[in-house]
Amino acid sequence: MLGFLKEPVILTVEINMNVMVLTLMGLISRLWRLSYPRAVVFDEVYYGQFVSLYMKRIFFVDDSGPPFGHMLLALGGYLGGFDGNFLWNRIGAEYSMNVPVWSLRLLPALAGALCVPLAYQILVELQFSHCAALGAALLILLENSLITQSRFMLLESILIFFILLAVLAYLKFYNLQKHSSFSGSWWFWLLLTGVACSCAVGVKYMGLFTYILLLTIAGLHFWHVIGDQNLSNVSLMCHFLARTLALIVIPVAMYVSFFYVHLTLLYRSGPHDQIMTSAFQASLEGGLARITQGQPLEVAYGSQITLRNVLGKPMQCWLHSHTNTYPIRYENGRGSSHQQQVTCYPFKDVNNWWIVKDPGMQQLVVSNPPRPVRHGHIVQLVHGITTRYLNTHDVAAPLSPHSQEVSCYIDYNISMPAQNLWRVEIVNRESDTDVWKTILSEVRFVHVNTSAVLKLSGASLPEWGYRQLEVVGEKLSKGYHQSMVWNVEEHRYGKSLEQKEREVELHSPTQMDISKNLSFMAKFTELQWKILTLKNEETEHKYSSSALDWITMDTNIAYWLHPTSSAQIHLLGNVVTWTSANVAALVYVCLSLWYLVRRRRKIYDIPEDAWQLWVSAGGICVGGWAVNYLPFFGMEKTLFLYHYLPALTFQILLIPIVLQHISDHLCRSVLLKSMFTALIVAWFSSVYFVYSTFSPVTYGEPSLSVTELKDLRWKDSWNILIRKQ
Amino acid sequence: MARPCRPRAEHLRAKPCFLQLQLSHSPRSLPLRRERGDRVPWLQQRSSCSATLGGCCSAGPAPAGPSLRPRARPLQPPPLQDYISMRAPRPGRPPRTPYPGLRRSRPGAGSTALRMPAAGRGQAEAGPPRQGELREPRRLPPHSPAPPAAAQPAALALVILLSFASRFHRLAEPPHVCWDETHFGKMGSYYINRTFFFDVHPPLGKMLIGLAGYLSGYDGTFPFQKPGDRYEQHNYMGMRGFCAFLGSCLVPLVYLTVLELSKSLPAALLTAFILIFDTGCITLSQYILLDPILMFFVMGAVLSMVKCNSCADRPFSASWWFWMSLTGVNLAGAMGVKFVGLFVVLLVGLNTMHDLWDLLGNLSLSLVMFGKHLLARVLCLILLPLALYTAMFAVHFTVLNKSGPGDGFFSSAFQSQLIGNNLHNMSVPEHLAYGSMVTMKNLRMAGGYLHSHWHLYPEGIGARQQQVTAYLHKDLNNLWIVKKHHSDTDPSIPVEFVRHGDIIRLEHKETSRNLHSHQHEAPLTRKHFQVTAYGINGTGDSNDFWRIEVVGRKAEKLIRVLRSQVRLIHVATGCILGSSGKILPKWGWEQLEVTCTPYLKETPNSLWNFEDHINPKLPNISLDVLKPSFAEILLESHMVMIQGNTALKPKDNEVTSKPWHWPINYQGLRFSGVNETDYRVYLLGNPVIWWLNLVTIGLYLLITVSTAVALKRGVQLTSEHKELSRVVLRGGGQIMLGWLLHYLPFFMMGRVLYFHHYFPAMLFSSMLTGITWDTLLKFLAGFWSPSTTAKKVYGAGFLALVLLIIYSFYLFHPLSYGIVGPMASDPSSPMAGLRWMDSWEF
Repeated sequence: MLGFLKEPVILTVEINMNVMVLTLMGLISRLWRLSYPRAVVFDEVYYGQFVSLYMKRIFFVDDSGPPFGHMLLALGGYLGGFDGNFLWNRIGAEYSMNVPVWSLRLLPALAGALCVPLAYQILVELQFSHCAALGAALLILLENSLITQSRFMLLESILIFFILLAVLAYLKFYNLQKHSSFSGSWWFWLLLTGVACSCAVGVKYMGLFTYILLLTIAGLHFWHVIGDQNLSNVSLMCHFLARTLALIVIPVAMYVSFFYVHLTLLYRSGPHDQIMTSAFQASLEGGLARITQGQPLEVAYGSQITLRNVLGKPMQCWLHSHTNTYPIRYENGRGSSHQQQVTCYPFKDVNNWWIVKDPGMQQLVVSNPPRPVRHGHIVQLVHGITTRYLNTHDVAAPLSPHSQEVSCYIDYNISMPAQNLWRVEIVNRESDTDVWKTILSEVRFVHVNTSAVLKLSGASLPEWGYRQLEVVGEKLSKGYHQSMVWNVEEHRYGKSLEQKEREVELHSPTQMDISKNLSFMAKFTELQWKILTLKNEETEHKYSSSALDWITMDTNIAYWLHPTSSAQIHLLGNVVTWTSANVAALVYVCLSLWYLVRRRRKIYDIPEDAWQLWVSAGGICVGGWAVNYLPFFGMEKTLFLYHYLPALTFQILLIPIVLQHISDHLCRSVLLKSMFTALIVAWFSSVYFVYSTFSPVTYGEPSLSVTELKDLRWKDSWNILIRKQ
Repeated sequence: MARPCRPRAEHLRAKPCFLQLQLSHSPRSLPLRRERGDRVPWLQQRSSCSATLGGCCSAGPAPAGPSLRPRARPLQPPPLQDYISMRAPRPGRPPRTPYPGLRRSRPGAGSTALRMPAAGRGQAEAGPPRQGELREPRRLPPHSPAPPAAAQPAALALVILLSFASRFHRLAEPPHVCWDETHFGKMGSYYINRTFFFDVHPPLGKMLIGLAGYLSGYDGTFPFQKPGDRYEQHNYMGMRGFCAFLGSCLVPLVYLTVLELSKSLPAALLTAFILIFDTGCITLSQYILLDPILMFFVMGAVLSMVKCNSCADRPFSASWWFWMSLTGVNLAGAMGVKFVGLFVVLLVGLNTMHDLWDLLGNLSLSLVMFGKHLLARVLCLILLPLALYTAMFAVHFTVLNKSGPGDGFFSSAFQSQLIGNNLHNMSVPEHLAYGSMVTMKNLRMAGGYLHSHWHLYPEGIGARQQQVTAYLHKDLNNLWIVKKHHSDTDPSIPVEFVRHGDIIRLEHKETSRNLHSHQHEAPLTRKHFQVTAYGINGTGDSNDFWRIEVVGRKAEKLIRVLRSQVRLIHVATGCILGSSGKILPKWGWEQLEVTCTPYLKETPNSLWNFEDHINPKLPNISLDVLKPSFAEILLESHMVMIQGNTALKPKDNEVTSKPWHWPINYQGLRFSGVNETDYRVYLLGNPVIWWLNLVTIGLYLLITVSTAVALKRGVQLTSEHKELSRVVLRGGGQIMLGWLLHYLPFFMMGRVLYFHHYFPAMLFSSMLTGITWDTLLKFLAGFWSPSTTAKKVYGAGFLALVLLIIYSFYLFHPLSYGIVGPMASDPSSPMAGLRWMDSWEF
């Protein structure tokens, strides 16, 4: 019964002091005086506004990436009790007392600190010596650019953390694969790989590159598992399913769940609403939902509606008309029909109201019961205030002469008959008898006589059209384009028989009581699509650079300058590390090519297992560098030096690998070996020297004198700020 | 591990056969056999035995399959992915000497011992087939449907006949300019008239069109102004006929390629029928366009590459040299027509690298021999095409020796070569003087002239002052007047020359505003300063002063027109006037940005020369402008072409064709006619064929993956199935790669894309369809037991496909040969039922 007392209770704890010490040093280097400077530093001005919006639960769209990273930053704000009240308008602005700077910056700094032990573990798992692993970790520790990037409210360090975590988890999984498949830890590391990958992708789309790399490596490894004839087909299938589940299904599910949390958190309408569809806007609290709540769902003959263009570019706008007519002659001498202008107007206005009329009936009210309009029906659109009919004819539009002019018809008694019949085509219909629904239906209006399609051309009219947007009839409609699609936003059943009453009715606000909610998946698809397609104005930033500048670090970014002294923070790397990383990559590629060609001729310079290690280490490190760097050459967006940091991290991991390989296999005599070791020590002290030299601009203190600053400008292309005396 | 139940007698029967075969087998397959518990190998040996002799395998000629070749395999090192795998050596490998006789058969075994453990795995490797297999294809399994000797020429003749008939049918219709004929016909005329023009594509295609026109008696007088213009009496049939001829040759080329790859006549015929009866290919071949020429060269390169691969067993033979150099010639042709020819260059390059890698691994080949192989390829596939490519540019520049619409895109030096250009044999005042009217050209390739116009920079972009840009065309707005910085030039005093280091002011002649800069951000290059035109009637402020410097000159020297390279330094801020080469948005009329850069680097971006120089007070002196060398002209024209290509960006709100539209045949192109009464031609692929192609790509991937996995799992196939899998993996793989290379890059292109860009890829896709369906039918027919029934099944399947293709062509042929009458949206049209997608517009 009490047998267990006979034996002493022994708890054996194995602590790798290397890892502990590295973690500690990482924490010190990243967390030291974290809340200094107490001012907005560089892109904090960008991410900060999203944190504020999270705090206030206001909906936003950020086209730079998925929301997980923003949420993590907001978590820091939440833990620090941030109320979101801060105006993020300029870099260098002092934080007010309510901003918990320390906790906002804590998560990125922690992630940056943990990269140090992760680097150590990765090299150990790649089966390199502890010495090499230590070297890799120290290089990451002393990399000024990584330190700078980790110490502020930025996403790169979080991204790098998840990337390294994914790589480490996969390596652990792979090493377990050999002897203990389907064990608990096997599952743990496999699942962790998938989770870390989806987190990386969730922080920034750049994470996708590493995810794809790991998928490729996993695919290659699985290919060898297929060739293993000891495995039965059933267990092979199990292996396959386990990998699919962990590396594809779970990441996708997690990615979607980020959006779920995002949309659950942000339920209030806000400044970014406009780019979303009416249906989406209506699902947010406040904003459009206040207006549209309780509108009748089905558009009927006699309905009063406003029509919004689905494209939302250059801005959201509604089909509009006013009593002014097109000028008889334009500036370029072309003539017009001189009929009433039809435009697209970006503000709510009583002139945006139109009435759907049955061509066969005279009345402009909804009958009882209402007769809904269906796909394919032919209608007339009557402008509410002027009661003129929407019309188009074979007259060139004012700014797009290839398209037809759209007007509200005025009968001048000349040989120009009214052509005001439009066919309603519901684009997102499920069947051909679908009813035209408020907000939900996207419709095209096809002109019956000329089969032109009502379209927003995107051009803005000159003075005579009050700079409103041009609406045209597109004759050669090439397929689907959002500029030709409209949806009903505000809607009510018209009740007034007389024009006077109707005007009063149009001026009065709509009121109702049914709510239309979008399903989560519909919201997710729309938001995801918007994030991917939304393009900000192509602008060059003062500190933007091209991908080619990064390898040699020909560029830097000034993050912050003290308002009075010359203390400043720059994103500036450790020159020795960057150069050595480039050299290591070059050496790696050359040596590998040499070995490869020689092996092809059956000459084996290094033992087989050393070759395997060399290849797998290169696959991860050079591969990681390449996938995170090369795609930037094909990108058209504005690029900054910090985009290179994930690639750099992989490249740094390669340095100790190459060094160990050289010392193990190429330095054949003891003398050579000891000389090489001495060289490494000297080189390492130079890394430390550069780190300490540049630490004033990494940490932003102490403030340096002008001469010291000038001395720091090692490259002419670096932009170090010197105050004019 | 499940063990199949099999009667014991079969084991016994199979055994001797198994043993006997071992003797001729490579030793490394043995351990595998041991581990697997001799299940599958027996099965395999049984079937391969019964396939050959029915009972037991004698020592006669080995029954074909690659597994029976003793030497080629073991010599191969394991494929690359073995190493990437970080695999631990497999435990429990049994000793490898059960059959002493083996040692004798392989004298070189000792030297390769080191890599044996790894090689053991390679046996069932599904990696790319090796050298040995490359040489194999002519040996077919005994009852494979080898076509009778007479069938092949007859089939080829049929293909050629149908192809020419379909392309030349109603070639003259419609007798007006269709679609891009307006460009390429016009360019053909330029060659005939020898006027210089500029186009974003290299010259070969247009030169050939011009040549065809010239030979057929077209005199180059038709203006080709816009689509729809009637040709009237002008002879356009020569040019159309030439394109149709090349378009027709395409089909036999494809036919021969597939025949070579699959060794199967039905596969080749199927592919040929697909292309003959594809409405899209027909339409594209019938007009004066670059596409038939491009596709001809692309397919020529693929055919000669494939032929050359088949000659690999007799290197350096005449036919080997012939096909290899023909590959090179075709590559040059493809590149010379359009830059997308680069994709086929990539395809051939990858194939060559694979080839060389194989040769390198062949230890029986000495390094010297390998060097010879390498040199031969460098010669035929790099040097020869380069020489031809350069030669066609030489012809281009020799033929076009008259000034024309393309002049302004090129440097002053280049323009002076063109007869009729104002720089040709020109005489201008030699030295720049105050009061002169000048144009300034940026020295960057395709740099443009310093230009200004009445329009202002829009709100929010720097100061709201008058725009200054760089403009590629000659224009009155390019004229500037050189003035002293503090005073206007007094017309009464004698002429004063401008010297190096002087401070000057440049007044825009049309608007009388001064070239001006200040510390505002430039519109696109944010690190630079904005350059504007400022002031009224020539009076501005001190920000209008520029110091003029000549590169490499001391003070007090005069500035020579055309030959001096000058830079303008802004006196107040110290920045240098330059053009970034970036294209301004719509508000800047898509001209190039001009900035003042604070970084004092010496690049051509910030260097200028004076081109026109008008000063009535100075004597005109005839000047020989420095003649550019041919290499400079070549480089310059390429830079201009590249810039032209990137400038073809889609405009906002413009509906453009997207690459994903193409394989699904989502939308065609109107070649001619819009209204019901017009003669309408609509470029659209035959939907049945295109959707068949699309399905086949999926099917092919499925087949490939399952075959590769089966091979990797060590499933032993019959020799027939091995041959099929070889065709699918090797031949199909090459074609698939071709399709990918000709399709995927379009997803990354920023320029405007059109449906017809897909056609080269479509050719590959059709070849894949031919190969895949042939393989699939053979495989399925194999399930019917007597071989006669199997053949019938196979024949029926083949016939069904062909009939389907022909019937669909019958339905859709009016698309290519022209429709008159109501649109298809009208139910009374004969095409009414055929508008299967709403996006089709015929």
